[in-house]
Amino acid sequence: MDKKVEVAYDKEGNAHEIVDFNDDYIGAKIGFWLFLFTEVMIFGSMFLIYAFYLFQFDEAFVTSSGGLNLFLGGTNTVILLISALCMGLSLVKLRNGDVLTCKRYLWLTIVLAVVFLGIKYVEWNTEISHGIYPGSAHLASMGDGAVMFFGLYFSITGLHGLHIILGIGTMLWVLGLIRSQKITPKNFVILENTALYWDLVHLVWVFVFPLFYLIY
Amino acid sequence: MSPSIPGSFYEHTHTVFGHHKSKIFQWIFSIDHKRVSILYLFSMLAFFLVAVGLALSMRLELFSPGQDIMSPQRYNQVFTMHGVIMIFLFIVPGIPAALGNFLLPLQIGARDVSFPKLNLLSWWLYMFGAILAVASLFVGDGFADTGWTFYAPYSIKTGTNVIWALTAAFILGLASILTGINFVTTIHRLRAPGMTFFKMPLFVWGLYSTAWIQILATPIVGVSLVMVIFERVFGVGFFDPTKGGDPVLFEHMFWIYSHPAVYLMILPAFGIASEIVPTFCRKPIFGYRSIAISSAMIAGVGYLVWGHHMFTSGISDMVKLIFSLLTFFVAIPTGVKFFDWIATMYKASIDFKAPMVWTVGTFVTFIIGGLTGLILGTIGVNVYFHDTYFVVAHFHYTMLGGVAFLMFAGFHYWLPKFTGRMYSEKHAIRAFYTVFVGFNLLWFPMFLAGAFGMPRRYFDYLPEFEIYHKLSGVGSWIFAIGIVYMLVTLYRGWRYGEPAGPNPWNATTLEWQIPSPPQLENFGEIPYVDFKPYEYKNGEPVHRMDLSVKEGQGHG
Ligand code: HEM
Ligand SMILES: [Cu+2]
Repeated sequence: MDKKVEVAYDKEGNAHEIVDFNDDYIGAKIGFWLFLFTEVMIFGSMFLIYAFYLFQFDEAFVTSSGGLNLFLGGTNTVILLISALCMGLSLVKLRNGDVLTCKRYLWLTIVLAVVFLGIKYVEWNTEISHGIYPGSAHLASMGDGAVMFFGLYFSITGLHGLHIILGIGTMLWVLGLIRSQKITPKNFVILENTALYWDLVHLVWVFVFPLFYLIY
Repeated sequence: MSPSIPGSFYEHTHTVFGHHKSKIFQWIFSIDHKRVSILYLFSMLAFFLVAVGLALSMRLELFSPGQDIMSPQRYNQVFTMHGVIMIFLFIVPGIPAALGNFLLPLQIGARDVSFPKLNLLSWWLYMFGAILAVASLFVGDGFADTGWTFYAPYSIKTGTNVIWALTAAFILGLASILTGINFVTTIHRLRAPGMTFFKMPLFVWGLYSTAWIQILATPIVGVSLVMVIFERVFGVGFFDPTKGGDPVLFEHMFWIYSHPAVYLMILPAFGIASEIVPTFCRKPIFGYRSIAISSAMIAGVGYLVWGHHMFTSGISDMVKLIFSLLTFFVAIPTGVKFFDWIATMYKASIDFKAPMVWTVGTFVTFIIGGLTGLILGTIGVNVYFHDTYFVVAHFHYTMLGGVAFLMFAGFHYWLPKFTGRMYSEKHAIRAFYTVFVGFNLLWFPMFLAGAFGMPRRYFDYLPEFEIYHKLSGVGSWIFAIGIVYMLVTLYRGWRYGEPAGPNPWNATTLEWQIPSPPQLENFGEIPYVDFKPYEYKNGEPVHRMDLSVKEGQGHG
């Protein structure tokens, strides 16, 4: 990482540092924040659509919400919360030079993410086995409001689940980078950005959970 | 495919996976922003020519009433494909990805963009999306027939490969977002020391505003497209009235992106005009700050006016009024720009070389496009003109006669920088007049046809419209000949033109202070920038620098 700093001189002869596109720590952060912004726009517009239909079908939404398993959803919220903590700790450990513990925390995060997906799978499975899934005849018989509620439910939790899967993939990649010393206690911006991403995934769930499970 | 000019980036490159022997791999895996830009340029032009071909076949079908060369169903697919290619593959990525990629780092004194690998990835995504779209032609019932707007509920019901087109558009959107993120970061981080925001060239300002629209608006259309995919695959029902969904909601979601997208197309084009005008007037640009800020204003206000696409969709009168009023506001910053350019040209001894001629010609066509836009923004008139050829003529005057023409101006202006060689001035000017005449003959009659009630997206028409379509058909051939003529002229310039030297136009921005074509990593020595981008005194540039010597070998 150590490289000589390049400078440009102004008329008075003062030196000014030239930012290089390689290893630009702040640049990497800005870029990732902008990416997170697009994610916020994506989930934000889904939530807007949710609001739009909640306004139209408020009664049906409340009833349908009662059909969801509050206990499983709540457990998942707690799991994600703990996983975000683990992710943060792994970053702290890496910065402190404790690579081994950092890796352990990362693995723990991955395990928790898999558990989250497992619980989600159980939930989806029960709903589907009751004939509640987009396009099903049973759901159609429950009325337009229910169709819309569960349509949104499957779409948004599905999209969120996809983000969890991508997150797991990223964490595995990060572990590989740590092994090959591309991420080190001195050069950790990728892990830092992964942690930011995981915070966003967690934050989105913090909105999803009350919108779908708690309006009953 | 490149002239060998020693030391230029045509000989050296960085790639993603080490060094490659194969010339092709050196291109398609290159992470040098200049090579990525040229990859974009050629792929984009190839798709442009395909879409022009499709347009010519439409005009041929419309040449006389009745069915001539294609079925109505096929016509629907052809105009959809024409629209999809022109919008998603040509005009949206066009200036930022093809010209901007090359010029942005040069103009701000950077050695590359902030994320060179991401840049290459954008191009790969772009190609992937494009191939997906084209491949859908050969599967099942062929290309989508919904129009490029994919309006629900038809897009949910039709049997054609809408999912493919939607997925392609989604991937292309992703590519566009990545370019935007890359540009914003680059502009914030990699400006040469001393270059404050108000010392940036105006093309960079155009790219900057555009990049923000790409970041903020594209995700929304991404979501809407994904939702239509969900509807088709899983039968969810967001936009399907039989399931309680609301098709107008789709229109809102779609236009929240697609109206700002219009500015995403035009702002970098305006940036090109702002580079060319001072260079060929040999004067500092009038109102530098107001041009820069108006770009940002257009980007901002452009966000709030999407509703003018929906005056006939049953939104409330109050909402219509608000959208109509807001739409007029966009004309203000746009007008500011035009007055600044004209003030720059006032009393200047203008050098009418091809880039300048293209620019001035574009002012004419864009003003026609812009003023008819104001007409369409007026509710009462809009209800009458909606979905007629008036609209079609309006958007071709703005997109083709505004954005694409300024892009062509840029091609001429920067050809010497890209290739180190000069095109033939005589042929370039002739090509311009051919295109210009063809273009006006092609589209002007369509304002009249539309005003008299010719609806759009129809493959047949009543006999009284025949004369307009005949004129327009002839215009389309002249236009197409002009385009080919122009491309041949540029190509011949590239292959056989006179060496141009670093700064053939006596321009002042940084890209002209280094050799043409530039070397890998652009700058030998990066300057301290404490001067304005367009400084002329008595018709001569104030600053002449030589930034070409590269000390050591830089990065491996
Ligand atoms: C050779 C030049 C061109 C010709 C002859 C041409 C011709 C046409 C025609 C006949 C239509 C169908 C109109 C209708 O029935 O509603 C059309 C639609 C369209 N064109 Fe072009 N066009 C040209 C260039 C362009 C360019 C450069 C762009 C964009 C940058 C563009 C964008 C579109 C779009 C978005 C549509 C609407 C498609 C739809 O309704 O789904 N065209 N064009
Ligand atoms: Cu609009």
